[in-house]
Amino acid sequence: MSTVVDGNALAGVLAEFLGPDASRALLRCAGCGSIGLLAQTRVHASPMGSVARCRDCDTALVTVVDGPDRHWVGFPGARAVSTSID
Amino acid sequence: MTLPDTGLEARITPPGSAAVRRRPAWHAATVAAVSPETPNARRIVLEVPTWPGNDPGQHLDLRLTAEDGYQASRSYSIASSGEATSVVLAVDRVEDGEVSPFLVDAVEVGDALEVHGPLGGWFVWRPGVSDRPVQLVAGGSGIVPLAAIAGAHADAGDAAPFRLLYAVRTPEDVFFRTELARAGAAGVDTTIVYSRRAPVGAPVPAGRLTRETLAAAVFPPDTGALVYVCGSTPFVEQVLRWLGELGHDTTDVRAERFGGS
Repeated sequence: MSTVVDGNALAGVLAEFLGPDASRALLRCAGCGSIGLLAQTRVHASPMGSVARCRDCDTALVTVVDGPDRHWVGFPGARAVSTSID
Repeated sequence: MTLPDTGLEARITPPGSAAVRRRPAWHAATVAAVSPETPNARRIVLEVPTWPGNDPGQHLDLRLTAEDGYQASRSYSIASSGEATSVVLAVDRVEDGEVSPFLVDAVEVGDALEVHGPLGGWFVWRPGVSDRPVQLVAGGSGIVPLAAIAGAHADAGDAAPFRLLYAVRTPEDVFFRTELARAGAAGVDTTIVYSRRAPVGAPVPAGRLTRETLAAAVFPPDTGALVYVCGSTPFVEQVLRWLGELGHDTTDVRAERFGGS
């Protein structure tokens, strides 16, 4: 069973990957080329982990698998990721 | 002395004027106080000695560890803001949820938890930065981060025009009564829509939020208001759809959705 939320929910787990302000990281979708904030992605969360999908074309941008001791994070549908410099 | 116009400029930010950058980290927390918030929700005040403070609207991940080592973590919005090391949460009980029933029914003063935060730089608002009007739209426990924003606005004597539209089921389901009354007295123009039962003597009978009630309560699109919407995913999607139909630029709306757990 999964619930649908948004990318704000991944700010914690992705802070190690996308910087302290992960919810404002920009993702370029490899499926349709659109750019959006992590905060604005559609996130399907389940006990096993989460998938962040493009709101325009549903491509799986980010996958997070929650293990007992570690997270596995993939960016299967993000062609590029941008984090702020300041 | 006149400097040549190179198109470059040295940007020196005076201390204190920039947004404080607080890096998220795991912190040990102790439950300092618990109290009923509504018949279905509980206010939990955490004391987090190493907490760096947080902006209004931010959230944290809360991790519980069972005796057998099993861990579960969930995101919760923070109802407080500023430098304090006490962090206020308000948690709604989700039936068949894994974490929220424990927090609402079982956690007690003195219990130890772990929190990761502060999190989120998108769904935040800081006082004194802009005089742009701010529209807050909350569904149910979606009021939590918006109460932090409204409270920070009121405490700072911030000049931006503020409105709050809060959709709840019954008068007993209203979170942060005292805090919202204080924000209202400080100029936050507040409309509460009751879907199942309105207070005795209410000018408007109970009924679900509609596009028309939304249109009547929120700043019109031509005010350029910055809109924050927080609630369950279906609530947020519905409000965004209506805001778009009413002419708001929904790509500019700050939204935060939660599911049940």
